[in-house]
Amino acid sequence: MTDVAQLWSYLSATPLLWLTATVLAYVLADALARRLGNPPWANPVLMSVCLIAPVLWITATDYATYFEGAQFIHFLLGPATVALALPLVDNLDTIRRSVAPILLALLAGSVVAVCSAILLALALGLPEAVILSLSPKSTTAPVALGVSEAVGGIPTLTAVLVILTGIIGAVTVTPLMTLLRVRDWRARGFAVGVAAHGIGTARAFQVNQTAGAYAGIGMALNALLTSLIVPLIVRWLV
Amino acid sequence: MLGAIGLLLACQLVGEVVTRGAGLPVPGPVAGLALLIVILRLRPGLAARIRPTVTVILANLSLLFVPAGVGVIGNLDALSAHGPALIVVLVVSTLLAMLAAVGTFIGVRRLTERPAP
Repeated sequence: MTDVAQLWSYLSATPLLWLTATVLAYVLADALARRLGNPPWANPVLMSVCLIAPVLWITATDYATYFEGAQFIHFLLGPATVALALPLVDNLDTIRRSVAPILLALLAGSVVAVCSAILLALALGLPEAVILSLSPKSTTAPVALGVSEAVGGIPTLTAVLVILTGIIGAVTVTPLMTLLRVRDWRARGFAVGVAAHGIGTARAFQVNQTAGAYAGIGMALNALLTSLIVPLIVRWLV
Repeated sequence: MLGAIGLLLACQLVGEVVTRGAGLPVPGPVAGLALLIVILRLRPGLAARIRPTVTVILANLSLLFVPAGVGVIGNLDALSAHGPALIVVLVVSTLLAMLAAVGTFIGVRRLTERPAP
């Protein structure tokens, strides 16, 4: 009979275990969301984290050990960002016709995302390091981490706040837009891409292909703009 | 499939090299995205060849955020100390950002599509 402790010490030392766990948790979460008809509250990222986090806690596995396996998936965020070029090119003609709404909505959404987070956090008396970590929350994870570090935030805290922002945007966008009776898929997608980066974009692709393409544009443009404006706004407000 | 992955990685690599080399504040993958747009405009035939792989990646975009999301276990101290305030900030700020973006998009679209006489 195999010694369970020995087997565990082997498995917990290779990236295989947590890489497999991450993929399986997502497959399960995604299958569940599909079966439920992709309702806004059944967010695949949130459900996957809720499946994995307790397992790590029970097995006393620290995040660094988990990340040795999960880094292979995390790495794909870069190529996936590049891949957004295809839906952008597919929609280039319609994008050309709405350059003015896109650029002005980008500016409004991005500035409101950064300023409202900083002002609310100041009003609620959060510590400065947390406020700085919050400032780039609406932009995509790899960009937000760099910005957070540059302005004096805590990058690992920023990563979590970015993911939470994405989940909040993905969960609230459909009810909010339905409530406001917004039927333009371009406007709906673009808003969630600017405010809730890739997780919002993933949600938009679940609902409508045009919304997904515009969410991708919003996310990509906001990655650019946030990295430029956060250092300026932080100097002015904090 | 491998050709498509190679192209995506190459664009990202060039993007990283250019942005870091020139000290631009633009993230490498975003520069890679811009490069791939240019390539797809110059060689429209490439789009059909990378489409199957890109479709799979974008359909499962959520998976790629799971590792960073699990990072919540490493930040339980900060989150439990300021949890309610942080959630209020994130929810209100995200809703305000979406309202600002969607309101501006629709407002400007109406102005530019039907210019005032």
